[in-house]
Amino acid sequence: MDILETLKTLVADSGFASFFVDEGYKNLIMILISFLLLYLGIVKKFEPLLLVGIAFGCLLVNVSNFFSGGVSSPDALYHPELWDAFLNHDSEFYHSYGNIMANGGLLDILYIGVKSGLYPSLIFLGVGAMTDFGPLLSNPKSLLLGAAAQMGVFLAFFGAVCLGFTGKEAASIGIIGGADGPTAIFLTTRLAPHLLGPIAIAAYSYMALIPMIQPFFMNLLTTEKERKVVMEQSRTVSKTEKIIFPILVAVFVILLLPSTAPLIGCLMLGNLWKECGVTERLSDTVQNALMNIVTVFLGISVGATTVASRFLTLETLKIVCLGLIAFCFSTIGGLLVGKIMYKLSGGKINPLIGSAGVSAVPMAARVSQIEGQKANPKNFLLMHAMGPNVAGVIGSAIAAGFLLAVFK
Amino acid sequence: MSIAEAGITAIFGYVVVFAGLLILMAVISGMGAYFKSKEKVPEKSAKSVQQETNKIPKLVKVNKPVAKGSAGHIKLYDVPDKEAAMIMAIVADTMQKPINELHFISIKEVK
Repeated sequence: MDILETLKTLVADSGFASFFVDEGYKNLIMILISFLLLYLGIVKKFEPLLLVGIAFGCLLVNVSNFFSGGVSSPDALYHPELWDAFLNHDSEFYHSYGNIMANGGLLDILYIGVKSGLYPSLIFLGVGAMTDFGPLLSNPKSLLLGAAAQMGVFLAFFGAVCLGFTGKEAASIGIIGGADGPTAIFLTTRLAPHLLGPIAIAAYSYMALIPMIQPFFMNLLTTEKERKVVMEQSRTVSKTEKIIFPILVAVFVILLLPSTAPLIGCLMLGNLWKECGVTERLSDTVQNALMNIVTVFLGISVGATTVASRFLTLETLKIVCLGLIAFCFSTIGGLLVGKIMYKLSGGKINPLIGSAGVSAVPMAARVSQIEGQKANPKNFLLMHAMGPNVAGVIGSAIAAGFLLAVFK
Repeated sequence: MSIAEAGITAIFGYVVVFAGLLILMAVISGMGAYFKSKEKVPEKSAKSVQQETNKIPKLVKVNKPVAKGSAGHIKLYDVPDKEAAMIMAIVADTMQKPINELHFISIKEVK
């Protein structure tokens, strides 16, 4: 055995040798970005349940690109070229999951759940089982705030078209403003799967940054007097109402926009399991075990799409900026309608609950509570803000359904 | 897609979201009004209320043992149970401590 030759072969085959070959430096940058995301998730606690998985998926896929053969290597964990063939009408492997299963790596196989829309829908099942729609039922006007807070979605969509994105890409970018991760992933995999990595990372990062983004606009757009408003306690909602609600919403919204069926259907089924009182085992499973399992798969497979050659582009930078604009305008939209409701109600509604219309549950409602208490320590806005907050989930699903209906 | 088309799509989309949730609001309000009307119990005369009250055995004050895992009793001064529960939840959340590890002695409304 020639030890020197063996060592040379080992060095040549190792990933380290590829660092500065071709575009190896891009993978190196992505690995550094994954470290940053891991830091944000673990140390700063930015949506850690998903961000840590996304960051590690990003790390794995870019490390595996250092194998000889790069992304096309059989050892690579994720193969973007297989997914290109999957989406190419002219390819013999168009919509062939068999090709992915036969030739894909571990992350390709996990990504099938994202591509088919399975993971976002299952996450919605868990979200439904964890959500109490009582505050919304006791104050149905909250739905208007949930609708108003979708302003950022459509403004960012318009902005993206102005910046040269196609309609499908713009729709996927705009939905970041809905502040709803599963909805953003669901829509993007259907309309612009090549943008999934940057869109998912932008969506989850901004959701984590809500306590920093929203208070500025809340203080800017409301007066001290408005922020001090103490809202009256809402009425108690009966059990029967809570059981009828998910059935009613599922029928109504799916008939209105059939493309929302996977998201709204799962959201409302989860909620029905929670409220009906006879399926506690199922409710418990979707809230905890299933939710955790899907979160594991979703995070790591979304992270896998951040292949250096596709992620390190000017488009990513534009998406990050447009995502921020979307978030800001969604907050502004909710606050403005909150102010209108304050005027129309004769000062009974605190406009701060409007910003909770972005659907990041329950983070946005908590921000309303904190800002309300800063203005008036006697103020308890949490339950009042939960109404627009859960309305935002329905609103962003409807916005996604509309965009899907227009661009599919 | 042209910029004009994008503008029209954006406005139309926003209107659709509003319209959808507006109709849903009307449906939920209708449902709420129906259930509220059903909940209204006919007012009883003062006499019958008194008679029913007499039938109820008088409560004997018992010092109930503290529930397992509980940190003890709390005294509430002019604070409804629901508000107290919310305050305790907020305090636990702010302190990042499980609620059963906190011992609240009393909650009093500052007037």
